[in-house]
Parts: sequence; structure tokens; C-alpha cells
Amino acid sequence: MTFTIAGEKKEYEEGITLTELIEKEEIESPLYVTVAINDEFVDREKFDTTLIREGDAVEFLYYMGGGAGHGIYE
Amino acid sequence: MSEIKLVLRQEDYDSILQHCVQGFPNEACGLLAGTMEGTVKTVTKVYLLKNIDESREHFSMDPKEQLAAIKDARKNGAVLLGNFHSHPETPSRPSEEDKKLAYDPSLEYLILSLQDQKHPVLKAFGIDSEKQVTIHEIEYVPS
Repeated sequence: MTFTIAGEKKEYEEGITLTELIEKEEIESPLYVTVAINDEFVDREKFDTTLIREGDAVEFLYYMGGGAGHGIYE
Repeated sequence: MSEIKLVLRQEDYDSILQHCVQGFPNEACGLLAGTMEGTVKTVTKVYLLKNIDESREHFSMDPKEQLAAIKDARKNGAVLLGNFHSHPETPSRPSEEDKKLAYDPSLEYLILSLQDQKHPVLKAFGIDSEKQVTIHEIEYVPS
């Protein structure tokens, strides 16, 4: 089965779940990664049951945030 | 200073500055896309994003805007080089929160300080997986 991650072609056996894909792709800090499949964001609680399908376009997005920090104006 | 250098067009600096000033007193944020050749990262497009926290102490990017920017960059043959955010009233250096939330060591983390609005300060940082910070040179080029 062929699909893309960040626009790059990938081949995996059918039946792979999103959780398994994250492990196999060795995605670092997965708790801070948002996933979109075909432009639809996947709820974290559905990672275990979401199957990747032929032709899917998968995107892993790292949470981007930060800031000057708590309490600097208090 | 590390040998990594970020090349930034003056017009892109101006749009980052304008976005951060418009967002003041809240923090403002965005993404940088471009090309990499060895240790030189050249910014070809700046994406001005919303700070969904609407806070003067924090920022979070909207994942939908993030995805749209990344896809646009890819379509134009660019890669994600880094992000920027403002520190409205503190210096241009990564806070503990900035370091903690820097999950991708390959990215540039730019901070624009508006502590002195007449003299804004933009600096680029690398933050590795051990949360060690290095300052990277920014070379400004004409638009």
C-alpha cells in the first residue's frame, strides 16, 4: 500500500494504524504531534483505531508554541 | 555563535516586525520557509500566523494555518526552516517555556523583542534536544 507522509511516498502493509505508523516512523515526542490525514485532523484518542489507507496524505505537525512565560506580568 | 546562518530579506524582516507590532501587546507568531544549503538557511517566504492563545505571555499556532503554510511551502519547493514569535516586553532570548516547547532541533527559533519598540531586536536560535541554545547569525539582504 502506498501513501505519502509530508509529501513523500511511503510503502507499508495494509492495516497499519496511525499509532503503529508513528512508532515505525520514529516520530519524536509524539504527544506533541498533531496528525492530519487528507487535511482532516485526527483526534488523539482515535490514533489507535485510525487505519491508514492507500493514497492517504499524512502530515505530522509539531505543536508550535512558547512565549515569554508564566507570570512575567504579575 | 554557531556557524549556521539565516539569510533574511529586508522585506521579510519588515513583515515580521509589522506583524509583531500589530499583535502587541500580545505575542505574535509565524513560520519561515525556504531553502537549505549546507549551514546556510535562506528564507524565501514568511507566513504570518495567528496566536490562538491571544496572550502576552504565550503563543500557540493554529494547526490548520500551520498545515496550510507547510503545504504551500512544499508546493513552492521550500522546506520549513523555523518559526518566530515576539516577546512584547522581554528580551530576545528563549524563555524556559520556549526551550521546553522547542521539539524540533532542526528548526530555527526566532524571537523578536519589542521591549524597546524604537529598537526592536530579532535574534535566531538553535535549540537542541538537550535544550542547549546557540545563537545563529542573521544576514539581512536587500529585497
